[in-house]
Amino acid sequence: MVNYIWFFMIASGVITAALTGRIDTITDAIVKGAEQTITIAIGLAGLIAFWSGMMQIAEESGLMKLLAKAMRPVGRRLYPDVPPEHPAMGALLLAMAANVLGLGNACTPLGIKSMEELQKLNRKKDTLSDSMCTFVLLTSSSLTIIPGTIIALRAAQGSSAPAEVVGPIIFATMCSTASALILDRILRRFYR
Amino acid sequence: MLNILTQISRWAIPVMFFGIVFVGLIKKIAVYEAFVSGAKNGFYTTARLAPNLLAMLVAIQIFRVSGALEIVIGMLRPITSLFRIPEEVLPLALMRPLSGSGSLGLMVQLFEEYGPDSLIGRLASAIMGSSETTFYVLTVYTGAVGIKRTRHCLAASLISDLVGFAAAVFIVFTVFM
Repeated sequence: MVNYIWFFMIASGVITAALTGRIDTITDAIVKGAEQTITIAIGLAGLIAFWSGMMQIAEESGLMKLLAKAMRPVGRRLYPDVPPEHPAMGALLLAMAANVLGLGNACTPLGIKSMEELQKLNRKKDTLSDSMCTFVLLTSSSLTIIPGTIIALRAAQGSSAPAEVVGPIIFATMCSTASALILDRILRRFYR
Repeated sequence: MLNILTQISRWAIPVMFFGIVFVGLIKKIAVYEAFVSGAKNGFYTTARLAPNLLAMLVAIQIFRVSGALEIVIGMLRPITSLFRIPEEVLPLALMRPLSGSGSLGLMVQLFEEYGPDSLIGRLASAIMGSSETTFYVLTVYTGAVGIKRTRHCLAASLISDLVGFAAAVFIVFTVFM
């Protein structure tokens, strides 16, 4: 499916640009996309390395096992194929907590750390495991209950009640997350 | 309530940072060496996910800049007007899964044009806050561990984005109208 969507974006883009006489935009877009990749990758590199370092300390000190235990009531249901005391559980707890709290720049590094731990348990290395799917879907459906950036931007634009959207955001987030979990349970059987 | 939550998110990272190092030291771990050896692996991770990111970002950029995104938005207009959804938020809803910075920019534009306390401003906030940059999450998370087959993840997350959009519209209409 990724192949088709990728092709669709490129093909529709090139055809549109060709038909509207703006074919130059394609070259610009390639350059811009390539630049963006490096900007994002450089920003990520430091933070991913930082959190990998932190996780290493937490693992050696046994803190990850403790976190894994704390995660157990939820983890057992969401990620049944992860052993209860595995470091993956601890990493998942931290990643999900970062998402819930809207800690923007910690989310991706901790999420990636979780994926790496889950990959160690994965039997088919080129295919997402059930737990990985659940985690990716939870993250991409958004878990945020404190939308800090949005509140700040609303306030900056002179909103009289910047935080009035928090309730609606939590409601909509819960709906999309529930849908992601349900679809995950149904669809995983058809895609092995 | 919100204040408490905001305070928690302000303090979370400093407390985690200090806590992890502190516990490490108490447990007699060589914290500095452990940090450095862990961080070393982190750089390989970035190198591993960069190609996936490149493929996705270039395609998204082409899709946006060429005007193809506009055409897709145009095709969806009849559906949104059927549900009386203001068409001004449609570009935002479509941009949201593709680009984090792009959708944030669109939200701010809507704030500037209609005000954050207008129906459109509130809708934009709810759409923005209740979803994630789906393509980025999928690309980066699977790229980092070298996954090739993502199974049902893309389909399920795009459908959930749609559910989130519908829920955002529904709740904003119910609460603020």
